[in-house]
Amino acid sequence: MLGKTAGSLFWMARYLERSENNARLIDAGFRIALTRSQTAAAEWKSVLVTAGVNQAFQAAHGDYSSARVIDFLLRDPANPSSILSVIRQARDNARTARTALTRETWEAVNTSWMTLTALLKRQVREDDLPDVLTTIRQQSAQVRGALNGTMLRNDGYHFALLGTYLERADNTARILDVKYYLLLPSVAHIGTSIDNVQWETILRSVSAHRAYRWLYGAEISALKIAEFLILYPQMPRSLAFCSERMENHLAQLQRHYGEETDAWRLAHALSHEKLNAPIQSIFDGGLHQYVTGFLRDIANLARQVERDYRFVE
Amino acid sequence: MNSQEGETRSPYRDYCGWFEAEDVARIQHKAVQAEALFRTTGITFNVYGAVDGDERLIPFDVVPRIISASEWRRLSRGIEQRVRALNAFLYDIYHRQEILRAGRVPTDLIAGNAAFLPMMMGLDPPGGIYTHISGTDIVRTGANEFYVLEDNARTPSGVSYMLENRETMLQMFPELFAKVPVREVSDYPINLLKSLAACAPPACGGTPTVAVLTPGIHNSAYYEHSYLADHMGAELVEGHDLRVVDGRVAMRTTQGYKAIDVLYRRVDDDFLDPLNFRPDSMLGVPGIWDVYRAGGITIANAPGTGIADDKALYSYMPDIIEFYTGEKALLPNVPTWRCSEPEHLREVLDRLPELVVKEVHGSGGYGMLVGPAASKKELAAFRAKLEANPSNYIAQPTLSLSTVPIFTKKGLAPRHVDLRPFVLMSPQGITITPGGLTRVAMTRGSLVVNSSQGGGTKDTWVLED
Repeated sequence: MLGKTAGSLFWMARYLERSENNARLIDAGFRIALTRSQTAAAEWKSVLVTAGVNQAFQAAHGDYSSARVIDFLLRDPANPSSILSVIRQARDNARTARTALTRETWEAVNTSWMTLTALLKRQVREDDLPDVLTTIRQQSAQVRGALNGTMLRNDGYHFALLGTYLERADNTARILDVKYYLLLPSVAHIGTSIDNVQWETILRSVSAHRAYRWLYGAEISALKIAEFLILYPQMPRSLAFCSERMENHLAQLQRHYGEETDAWRLAHALSHEKLNAPIQSIFDGGLHQYVTGFLRDIANLARQVERDYRFVE
Repeated sequence: MNSQEGETRSPYRDYCGWFEAEDVARIQHKAVQAEALFRTTGITFNVYGAVDGDERLIPFDVVPRIISASEWRRLSRGIEQRVRALNAFLYDIYHRQEILRAGRVPTDLIAGNAAFLPMMMGLDPPGGIYTHISGTDIVRTGANEFYVLEDNARTPSGVSYMLENRETMLQMFPELFAKVPVREVSDYPINLLKSLAACAPPACGGTPTVAVLTPGIHNSAYYEHSYLADHMGAELVEGHDLRVVDGRVAMRTTQGYKAIDVLYRRVDDDFLDPLNFRPDSMLGVPGIWDVYRAGGITIANAPGTGIADDKALYSYMPDIIEFYTGEKALLPNVPTWRCSEPEHLREVLDRLPELVVKEVHGSGGYGMLVGPAASKKELAAFRAKLEANPSNYIAQPTLSLSTVPIFTKKGLAPRHVDLRPFVLMSPQGITITPGGLTRVAMTRGSLVVNSSQGGGTKDTWVLED
């Protein structure tokens, strides 16, 4: 397989995952904006920071009105992470890697692009937002279904899945990075449980508020939420789960090519050292440091994958 | 579809039987479905220079164009003869130039041809093949009158439409194919792969590695490039995926550089090698020319093949065929005036309103004049262009092209068409896929079928014997 093709599959999957993650972030932000107008601006700001586009937004707009933030996140061509930008990049990468995709997978990506481009032609009214966000997630699910149901489990498949889990780990870690102060047992929070709406938002942004209840019941604690998002191996958006998947796909690539890589070694260390610690020790060492360290590690991992498999010259 | 007496021509009989029993609304619905299918598949093309034209669909007509087995036999014999002669002509031009010495083709036509590559002189392309892939544009003017309108030996495009149009018809009207015995076209990609592999260069050891070179996703024919690579199981490469490694052209794979034996390139000669041709080109591979010369890679079609597409040269094709095959051309040329010759020019200027005038290096229907359809002002403007640079043009009579039916909201209606069958050539022989690209002028009375000018396509059926 061409290095470029491998890179395009990796990035196609990253962009598709990003569109879904961003839809989820908007959904969580929108809920807060509706129910607690006094904290809406702060919440939108944290959504923008999580998506990594706060500076771009500030430069173009300034104040955090719901309508403006939503439009920026959904449609703004100046925002490289807007749903429209991201789906276009996913499709461009899919076109470049067309020969490595099944017809079903390609058509699912192309249909997503056509559907979302049509859906986001005009500014979305707030009444329509939930439907639009649902469609974005459904489109993403269709691509995943086609990929899962029709692709040969060869190198191309592993590059795509590697991209998916790397992007997802990045997203969950960013949510933790932006919200970590809520989870810290600070002076103000000693002896009190953390704000109900706030913790729900965190869990909603990873589609896991129900899963958390099944696991931990009604008990809401910072430690448990952090444990759930970082270490819980069965939660498909936790850092541990994503890291384990990345290591697994890199191991399969190693087997496929019969060649050991530094990328695999990095992923192995991530999943067996970094994520193999009790949650208390993570808190003791500083949650913020831990999460920023993790973000740095996966950025390095992404660069190493790119080098090991010659995505670019 | 109908003969002059108004009867249904026999190849259409089975189809018409089916059509008459069909509900027009159902076919209408299928036509809409077909369009959605094309969009989902991504069979779109880019129109250069159009603001909103990032991606457009070529209109597709659901009524097939049908050719009988005996008509096809005649056509394919004529096409095969023509392609053989073209390849022999190219070999000759880049070697001893016998045909120029014999005075059968004027030397100016080669020396002054922008597509002529002096660097190809004396060079033997692997297998002696120049025109690995070609497309012969054919028009029909009467029951048994076929003319060759144009030769496309540089990089004929449109074969993906031949294949996808059939695929679409099979999905839309599966029952039709049980009623009408239509010959398959779907083995084209496999034949292409075999044909290219049969032209592997001396440096190839073992099974030849074939790759398709594309300018990238923004090229108007990108869909076709990816389609062909995909269906051949070949890699689709761009210039930046390639470099010369140990005297071979190699592609950057996830495991390092891997040599390519046969490169089916869909970029023009000028862009192939920035070290030897256009230095500003980002599309090609620095040094590929030296590898080619040394027998390290096959480039298909061979560099310098474009001279055969010249429309002034076209007018010499009957002589060229006779010179190399010793036979008369089986398929006639359209009578052509070469405006470079003063007598011809005079006649063309006199009869301008009834003629079609084309640029000798033009393609895509750009820069041409259709006399009968032109306004006084357009005629005057073209007259001035002709007088200023006569050798840039040829002229042909406006043919009374045959029509075939298309599906409209009001039922079937006649439209003008042409046909481009696709021809593969290797040392093992010539393969012509039974079918081709039928382009159709979607506007009533129009003779311009080019997709860049609003033309459409339809499936082409060659019937079994």
